[in-house]
Amino acid sequence: MLGQFGYVGILLIVAILFPLGAIVTSWLLGKIRIRPAAPDPVKEDVYECGVPTEGPTWVQFNFRYYYLALLFVIFDIETVFLFPWAVAFRKLAVFGLVEMIVFIAILVVGLVYAWKQDALEWR
Amino acid sequence: MDWRDFYIYHLGKVNESVRSWLSAHAAGWTAYVVPAILGAILLLVFLLPSQLMVVWIERRLIARFQIRRGPNRVGPWGLLQSIVDAIKLLSKEAIMPRYADKWPYLAAPVVGFIPAILVYAVIPFGPDLAFADLNIGLLYLVAIGSYSVISVFMAGWASSNKYALISAMRSVAVLVSYEIPNVLALVGVILLAGSLSLTDIVRAQSSGSFTWFITVQPLAFLIFFITASAEVNRTPVDLIEAEQEIVAGHHTEYSGMKFGLFYVAEYTSILAACAVMSTLFFGGWHGIPWLERYIPPWIWFIAKIYIFFAVFIWTRATLPRLRIDQLMAFAWKFLIPLSLLNILVTAVEVLLIDNTTLAPAVWMTLLAVVNYALAALLIVAWSRAFRMPRRRSADIPEVRRLGALPAETPSY
Repeated sequence: MLGQFGYVGILLIVAILFPLGAIVTSWLLGKIRIRPAAPDPVKEDVYECGVPTEGPTWVQFNFRYYYLALLFVIFDIETVFLFPWAVAFRKLAVFGLVEMIVFIAILVVGLVYAWKQDALEWR
Repeated sequence: MDWRDFYIYHLGKVNESVRSWLSAHAAGWTAYVVPAILGAILLLVFLLPSQLMVVWIERRLIARFQIRRGPNRVGPWGLLQSIVDAIKLLSKEAIMPRYADKWPYLAAPVVGFIPAILVYAVIPFGPDLAFADLNIGLLYLVAIGSYSVISVFMAGWASSNKYALISAMRSVAVLVSYEIPNVLALVGVILLAGSLSLTDIVRAQSSGSFTWFITVQPLAFLIFFITASAEVNRTPVDLIEAEQEIVAGHHTEYSGMKFGLFYVAEYTSILAACAVMSTLFFGGWHGIPWLERYIPPWIWFIAKIYIFFAVFIWTRATLPRLRIDQLMAFAWKFLIPLSLLNILVTAVEVLLIDNTTLAPAVWMTLLAVVNYALAALLIVAWSRAFRMPRRRSADIPEVRRLGALPAETPSY
């Protein structure tokens, strides 16, 4: 089975080489003057519908995203736990079912709480 | 001599032959590396022409939906349009904004391309035609699939463009929210198949034991379809590059080949999503039983991928884009509770399957009917019970006070 992971490594090398090759090809085309290169200040400006850029870009952002990240971490751990449970479910049988109902119930309480606290609203 | 004895029917046998020949005639490590490189080439031979075809198909079909003609000048029916576009992208000037964060800006397209290709490692195109038959295939798929968000965020952050930054923030929020129902919908399939290996999951759907999982997992398929289209930025849920709101999203500032790489990565992951859907819910390489004799498994599989791609285009042409508050509420209040319910229902059913004395065919038909009824009931009941409040403009206090519509509150 470890050998199969080695195949993934080989595909990873291909997957890195392919986009690099595309960018290098494009760069080489620039070297032999097929691709134009005529930088100018207006062209290098940030696109803002045609008007000059106003103020910094990297500013403070909406706090909502932080709530979502917290909720995501909790539920993602749940899914990580669900995968091995699902594979072993036929052996665990009724015990596994009861255990998972308890586990999901605890998380659902959390979801309901977040819902009641309006953490799921987007304002 | 049967047609099924030929290499073209079982492409995986080529690999076996090459491996056995090399282990007999050459150094030991070549028997390991050469088949892998052959497999990678075979994968690219499928992917690259598919890229060109898929872009052409999408533009033609969308044109037909909108009663236009679509590309029809370059080559017969405009077939060569994508090739010409690729050449154009290669030979276009590379413009980088002055204030851009250089290295993340340059790395983002490459980083985005890698997971799009890596996803294909575990997808079985035929009985022994998976590039790497991992025993944790589905977990690998989920893990690699969620890497694309990093590239989107890198691109959006590094461009120093406000639209791109909004897109980057949105992409993290949307992809993170849709990741959970996406993964939860898969659990039902794992419960039925009892394995994470994609080859085993397809084997479990052969006509001998179970039928295709769409018959017993309609709700999971619906949830997976919606979340998959959010993960690969298809139109009803593609707030990451909603062109009416934020220009082109994270790739606003990209031009030339770097934009091309984003484009290719996007279509590659759409095809991957189609492949995963046909593997998990539509029997993978299995076809119509009496035709399987004549048509090789890998053609069945590729045909399914293209059919699903057409469905994605259809949804894009038909459905309007959602607002971000609707989209987030839909994931957290609708998809996640329903997918949790689906897991519990499926778990109970699997227990009943193991302890029943009924004939499998009767039992599966019964389950299919029950599951479809339950899916319809749950969807209707849940959307009735937790409907979003409909806000007419007359109900908003500011509107009544001012006697006019207020400016839309910003909700990026």
